[in-house]
Amino acid sequence: MNLNVGISDWKVAKPPDVLVTYALGSCVGICLYDKRTKIGGLSHIMLPNSTTSGEPNINRMKFADTAIPDMIKKMVAMGALQVGLTAKIAGGALMFKTSSDRFNIGERNVESVKSVLQSLRIPLIGQDVGLNYGRTVFFYPETGAAMVKSATKGERKL
Amino acid sequence: MVIKMLQKYEDLSDVHIDVLKEIGNIGSGNASTALSAMIGREIVISMPEVKFLGFQEAIEKNGSPEETVASVLVRLKNDVEGMILLIVEHEFATNVLNIFFGEKQIELVELNDDDISALTEIGNIMSHSYINAIATLAGLNIGVDTPSFAVDMFGAIMSVPIIEFGEVGEKLLCIDKIIEIDGVKMKSNMLLIPTVESLEKLFGKLGVV
Repeated sequence: MNLNVGISDWKVAKPPDVLVTYALGSCVGICLYDKRTKIGGLSHIMLPNSTTSGEPNINRMKFADTAIPDMIKKMVAMGALQVGLTAKIAGGALMFKTSSDRFNIGERNVESVKSVLQSLRIPLIGQDVGLNYGRTVFFYPETGAAMVKSATKGERKL
Repeated sequence: MVIKMLQKYEDLSDVHIDVLKEIGNIGSGNASTALSAMIGREIVISMPEVKFLGFQEAIEKNGSPEETVASVLVRLKNDVEGMILLIVEHEFATNVLNIFFGEKQIELVELNDDDISALTEIGNIMSHSYINAIATLAGLNIGVDTPSFAVDMFGAIMSVPIIEFGEVGEKLLCIDKIIEIDGVKMKSNMLLIPTVESLEKLFGKLGVV
């Protein structure tokens, strides 16, 4: 079954289920995988950092620094080993070229995801990030493969 | 008199919504006149809808996430901040480009430079006339940035306003409408997405509390 991961959302699955998130623009999709148990998680984050949000009750699935640790907790609760996790990421594009680069949130999202993964000692083993186009990600817990599809640049396997 | 501060789109009252509809109406009337003059066809724009949509909804209610669309993004500055996003679907693009350049097959992912400039110019002219109407009505100084163009998945395009407005809440305010050319409904949306602070300024100028 295909499990749809929305914007500001994450889900954890085992084979034969497939995790999919559609049309990542500047958002980033993070696939975490434990090869031994075949437990996979896919998170679709929108923003780099929850600490810059002024909101009292934040949606933890929206930010890289809160979504990734929460998803790992769930994976571990299902039997995955945190030390065995690997990561593949996609997205973080700049959809419109504008005069000012303060809007390049895609790049900031990617940087934040990478630093969160590094602080959790999760190796990044595949990525298709940046540039200027949207991406859909299919993540297969059966094999750990991630297929990245785009409207303009074809398909790529991570 | 107590003036309630607007902090989130959810704080808007029914009166506010009616005013936004009227603003959308006046703005889009102007925009359709401009487009009509540019392409020499009759243009009808539907009554604008004011919608507060969750992020996922903003994509699902307006299209399908993976559909390829062309889009023109124009940022607003000075008294009103936010953006206007014109979403152009295949049928609309084909119609308009055929009017400009004669009959030909159009693939959105294979547009040439002339096609792109024509569509960008349409976005530019429509945004300017839309904004001029609002600025005149409210006596505000609203600046319009240079337009940017992109062809991509609808959901990926929508991620731009969603992310920018996602920092302060969980919803997006869209004032949108559907454009008809010569009586043929074509699903092209023009979304006006203002920031909350700008709305407060706008309502203040119009004397709406």
